[in-house]
Amino acid sequence: MVSQKKFCGAILVYNGDGAALVEIKPILRMAGVSKRYGGVRALEKADLEVRPGRIHAILGENGAGKSTLIKIMAGVVAPDHGKMLLDDTEVSFSSPAAANKAGIVCIFQELSLIPDLSVADNIVISDPPTRLGLIDRKQQRKIAEQALARAGAEDIHPLSLVKDLPLSRRQMVEIAKALARKPRILILDEATSALTVADVTKIFGVLKRLRNEGLALLYISHRMHEIAELADECTVFRNGHKVETYKAGNKTDTQVVELMIGREYKNVFPPKAERKTLENAPVLQTKGLTWTDRLKDISLTARAGEIVGLGGLDGQGQRELLLALFGVLRRCSGDILINGKKVIINSPVAAKADRIGMALVPEDRKTEGLMLPMTVRDNLSFAALRRITNSGIVNRAKEQKLIDEMIALLAIKTASADIPVGSLSGGNQQKVVIAKWLMNQPRIILLNDPTRGIDVGTKQELYVLLRKLAYDGAAILFYSTDYDELIGCCDRVLVLYDGKIHRELKGAEITEHTLIASALNVETDRVSHP
Amino acid sequence: MKQWRFWFVEHRGTLMALVIFVVMFLIYASNHPAGFGANMVQTASNKGVLLAFVAMAQSLVVITSGIDLSVGMVFTLTNCLASWLVVGSPAQVILGIIAVLAVGAVCGAINGCVVIYGRLQPIVATIATGAIYYGIALALRPFPGGTVNETIADALTGKLFNFIPASLVAMIAIVFVVWVPFSRSVAGRAAYAVGSSETAAYMSGVPIKRAKFFAYTLSGLLAGTGGLFLTFFTYTGEAAYASGNAYTLFSIASVVLGGVSLMGGKGSAIGAIFGALAFRTIGDLLFVFDFDPLWQPLFQGVVLLLAVSLSAFGLLRVRNRLDWFT
Repeated sequence: MVSQKKFCGAILVYNGDGAALVEIKPILRMAGVSKRYGGVRALEKADLEVRPGRIHAILGENGAGKSTLIKIMAGVVAPDHGKMLLDDTEVSFSSPAAANKAGIVCIFQELSLIPDLSVADNIVISDPPTRLGLIDRKQQRKIAEQALARAGAEDIHPLSLVKDLPLSRRQMVEIAKALARKPRILILDEATSALTVADVTKIFGVLKRLRNEGLALLYISHRMHEIAELADECTVFRNGHKVETYKAGNKTDTQVVELMIGREYKNVFPPKAERKTLENAPVLQTKGLTWTDRLKDISLTARAGEIVGLGGLDGQGQRELLLALFGVLRRCSGDILINGKKVIINSPVAAKADRIGMALVPEDRKTEGLMLPMTVRDNLSFAALRRITNSGIVNRAKEQKLIDEMIALLAIKTASADIPVGSLSGGNQQKVVIAKWLMNQPRIILLNDPTRGIDVGTKQELYVLLRKLAYDGAAILFYSTDYDELIGCCDRVLVLYDGKIHRELKGAEITEHTLIASALNVETDRVSHP
Repeated sequence: MKQWRFWFVEHRGTLMALVIFVVMFLIYASNHPAGFGANMVQTASNKGVLLAFVAMAQSLVVITSGIDLSVGMVFTLTNCLASWLVVGSPAQVILGIIAVLAVGAVCGAINGCVVIYGRLQPIVATIATGAIYYGIALALRPFPGGTVNETIADALTGKLFNFIPASLVAMIAIVFVVWVPFSRSVAGRAAYAVGSSETAAYMSGVPIKRAKFFAYTLSGLLAGTGGLFLTFFTYTGEAAYASGNAYTLFSIASVVLGGVSLMGGKGSAIGAIFGALAFRTIGDLLFVFDFDPLWQPLFQGVVLLLAVSLSAFGLLRVRNRLDWFT
């Protein structure tokens, strides 16, 4: 069926799938936009056209210029050169508020919610409804409820405080907040990176509906299959340059990745452990580990040389399990055994001590992993100070040697070890978090979604690194929200559901199909697979 | 969760301060030689409201995650100014009061501008402006002296209907005129947002500068109101350095006692009021139990520590150690 509709001065012809067949006039056009930060060229003569009724994916590694491009559109930074045309009129935004007024709303990767305010307060924060000059709480709640419903997040109570919500719920609030501003152009920067599969499905439905309502959507994500499902057109950036814009579906994943990294792309995942490793004695063992109602009777083993994945929907106790092992949770019952001996771990200090040798790469590198304003050197040294001090005084030479080794081992891109770690790109920051723990030579490495918001190239390096660490004798417990990673990296995957180990998958059993089925707690044969 | 649960969570700090105050006040009242009566309440109220005004002033700034070390000096300056201006005919008195409050607000506005546009740390900025305000106070009153219109002074420090302390009524009125509208306004909401996460507030297009400006200006106004009442109680003006500084420090103690987080974004001026009243009652408790006044500072310190640790009891229940840091 073919239908016609008049939109923004252009005649649109839709085919049966709702995709427009005729070129639409762009709402926003960027022409020759450049931006430098100090000596670093972040964006060089970039062009982009954003059309209504389209989902436009922006692809590129971290540092490719995507973030800068978006920040310019959203009024966070001003470009050095070039023009931005909104409805054919040149515009420049002095602040995010100015961009919002013009109808450009951005959902940033770094969440922009106020932790101490309620969900409703946050949703209306930039323009609360007022009556007689005071905020109208009733009206505010109504707006919040509508926005949450529009985002498909009715389960979130508008009066709950944002800081009490888990990350995935906060991200849903962030999306609801953006929708409440009635945007014409909606930019999503890694907006799904912390979402559960169920939420992602909902959000995709919402985004497609918004597209059909005539919004222009810009979608930034590192998840290829999300882009394949959503995007109408894609633009690839590399090293601050626009590489190519193409219609979605015209290229294979491999071609796209090669455009992004500018070289051939193969062997994403290194080979897995040999079968005999799986017969080693367990380094880490838990028996009946239980904590509140979030962890129920968890018994697991991890052997030297093995990467054990933790799977399942987000929020099924994976994070709590890692925290419990690392001594962060109080009053856990059940036993933890290291090399067969029962131990009590009641703080991270105890967990990293030599007799246990544990390391945890935490969920949020910006608050739990790094001291952002401090230097790369300081951040690298924190966990391993004991190793580089003589009677309480830091031995600078020893420190330097270890730091140089780490920077080389992980190929951390930093101008010097003495610049603030906050000035590195996301992927390099994460490398610093991992390197910090490697300085302490851990035997058990716990990873909490370590590749969240990291570019393809860095991810690939990390996979190789993890396998190398395992090969050198570490036991690795790897929680990931990305199924591809679990499939590609792990020797075994424990799927958690409602605080329990619901299923253990080994070797060839680890497929997207079985992972999803066991995550949803349904029988494998009942899942309809596309 | 039910509606009231959310309300309770939001006002937990304030309720805690209310409970602490009520308990201490009951101990005080039941041991008072003259017993519980209108006169006793009036005296307690007159002593309490001064610190309550300064603590409210402090709480507004603390909510934005700043701190105002000049509140005590604004309090002293407006006291000295009132001892010059709030005299003469009724019209002059009214003009004088307006002028005194305006000066308080201007002092606050200056603090705000220095913090907003000078981008200085509030702690340093207000040490500097506080010293300036004290210098002006000293110029106004090199020696204690001056007078104030006694009719209005007695009216505002006496009893309404021979029963209700007028100073308490005045303070409640100020709460309704200043705090209630502020807390429900966009600027007030923005003040909380700035205190909780300034980056997120900026990225959300929250009017950060307006929020801080209002918070600091109203803070000055409230400190000025305190200074005015001090004049009504003492009938004189005095540029007392030690007393000004003590009020600044006590205001911070009151704010914490009142459940306002020094990290910003949490608490309310109402909580600060109860915090201040509780803090004042500590001193009174010494009196009814016949302690040597020399023990007062020590005793105040101990009770303050105990009271503040009450609110830390919740930490014992924490089962995720990461919650200690948020």
